[in-house]
Amino acid sequence: MAKQPGAGNSLLKYLAVRFTLIFPTVLILITMVFIVMRSIGDPITAALGGKLSNEELEIRIEAAGYNRPILVQYFEYLGQIFRGDFGSTLTTNKPITDLLGTYGMATLELAVYAILVALVVGIPLGMLAAKRRDTATDAGLRLFAILAYATPVFFVGLLLKLIFAVTFPILPVNGRASVNTELAITLMDNPTGIYLIDAIRLGEAEFIFDVISHAILPGLALGLLTAGIFLRLVRTNMIGTLNTEFIEAGRSRGVRESRLVTSHAFRPALIPIITVIGMQIAVLLSGAVLTETTFEWKGLGFQLAQYLNARDYVAVQGIVALLAVIVALTNFLVDVLVALVDPRVKF
Amino acid sequence: MRNFLWRIPPFKQLKMSFGVQRLMLAVGLVIVSIFVLMAALAPLIAPYGFAQLQYENGEYFGAQEPPNPNHLLGTTVGGFDVLSRVIWGTQTALMVIIVAVIMSIFIGVILGLISGYLGGWVDRVLVLVADAVYAFPSLLLAIALSIVISGGRSGLFTGILAAALSITVIFIPQYFRAVRAETLRIKQEAYVESARVLGAGNLRIMFRHIFRNATRTLPLIFTLNASEAILTLAGLGFLGFGIDPTMGAEWGYDLNRSVSDVSAGIWWTSIFPGLAIVLVVLGNTLVGESLNDLADPRLRARQSVEVAGDE
Repeated sequence: MAKQPGAGNSLLKYLAVRFTLIFPTVLILITMVFIVMRSIGDPITAALGGKLSNEELEIRIEAAGYNRPILVQYFEYLGQIFRGDFGSTLTTNKPITDLLGTYGMATLELAVYAILVALVVGIPLGMLAAKRRDTATDAGLRLFAILAYATPVFFVGLLLKLIFAVTFPILPVNGRASVNTELAITLMDNPTGIYLIDAIRLGEAEFIFDVISHAILPGLALGLLTAGIFLRLVRTNMIGTLNTEFIEAGRSRGVRESRLVTSHAFRPALIPIITVIGMQIAVLLSGAVLTETTFEWKGLGFQLAQYLNARDYVAVQGIVALLAVIVALTNFLVDVLVALVDPRVKF
Repeated sequence: MRNFLWRIPPFKQLKMSFGVQRLMLAVGLVIVSIFVLMAALAPLIAPYGFAQLQYENGEYFGAQEPPNPNHLLGTTVGGFDVLSRVIWGTQTALMVIIVAVIMSIFIGVILGLISGYLGGWVDRVLVLVADAVYAFPSLLLAIALSIVISGGRSGLFTGILAAALSITVIFIPQYFRAVRAETLRIKQEAYVESARVLGAGNLRIMFRHIFRNATRTLPLIFTLNASEAILTLAGLGFLGFGIDPTMGAEWGYDLNRSVSDVSAGIWWTSIFPGLAIVLVVLGNTLVGESLNDLADPRLRARQSVEVAGDE
């Protein structure tokens, strides 16, 4: 995210301005989602039309207040969101914020695995490509990066399943854990919802192994997408940094090329990565919807797809609004982090 | 598809590139040309229609048939011919790209020009909206829009329009940002100042003096966006919000139907539509990346410094 000009000359002032920006951003997104989702009529008819008689529909529409002027509904909705109430699903009548506790953790877990894969694969390969610039290695790595971007996550997922779960059945096909493990985690005290942590807390090697083996394929599928982006980014930045004067100075002092890459150019080339991780949150969330659907990984994205198919647009609106808030908050945190790390950002 | 050549003819780039970069650009151009040709000639090359279930004699193809002489790539769980749907799918993909990119360029460029040129509160509000949309998971916006436009699954043209419009909304901020940034820079140039001194109006300055120069980078965004358009379309199809299979062939939908096939070891229903997506996006991205690298002096391969990049 580019910083607004005139953001002030102190870190504190910048942070304050950046923080206030969260509100209009969330407001814009929530308004858009509201307009889009309401332009198809009231959600009750959409979800239950045809299943209930017209009289029953009328009663439920009136009870939920969907017959009132749209502006009244809009401001009421904003008020609700402001109080942290994202509504309840129509079909299962669960508060949306509860979904965050149950399924959000699953999505968070998947996203963390994916980012780990992306960092471990993307950064070293990007540095290698920059160092071996314009050689066959570089070309191969760039092709890999483009392929990682060009292949839809769900197709990567299907391929991985086909290879590692069907042709060579060494990993499970679907889900977050096998039935036994899931049962043990549900029955434990205060499960975090992050299965790996829960399995470690249970302390049984079998559970830990089970959870990890379920996470490998989805984590890879989602992680490779981002790994390609990281690889390209690190390569481009590293090449740019390797051309700068301070690297030239190091080179003329006789510092070895490999040391220039791993030590001197590493930090400046890495700062954009933090910014991009922030922007990747949006990509990861889109990808999570697809990855979770492919692997029946029961997270927010999987749940969203279920509600979409059930035409429960109250749930859809709630989940999307909640994600808007999460995205805005994450972007704020990333900007703060960049401001703290990047020496070029002066206050 | 070819209309973007008018500004940056890739053949010029092909000449100024060399080595790996030239190879990447050439391979990309070949793939894109095959893709466009396939889309144009789909009725001639495809062995069957995309929604065809029976032979001429009324006999059904059969579902999940492995590749055989009658169906080179097998048949799907719904009993369609995989090869035919892969070929017809190029048409759908191409149409979505064209519609989406034209709409987003049109809207994004105008908004970017206005915002960058006028500045003030108009600029601030537009930047805020564009940033909000840009940061949001694009697929979710696309889903929401496609529900509104077509109520979920739909016919060929509403389906294409729904997919294209959803993609447009996501892309507008990108064109907007690029054009606005350029406009901000160009606005300070001496020749704009001279035009103003000569008494040129705002509209004339915007569209005559700034427009041409602010839109130079667009072909690069264009090729990258074409890739994203295909991926978004496929993602929508995969989630069941694409185009009805009887109305048009769409690769994402076919992949959606193949998820359960995969667990049963049936590979031909997913591999081929998936490869089609990968190849088209790959071709596009290769062209876009190469053009981008050639335009950026930092990334241009070293030996080609004697070729002037500026116009």
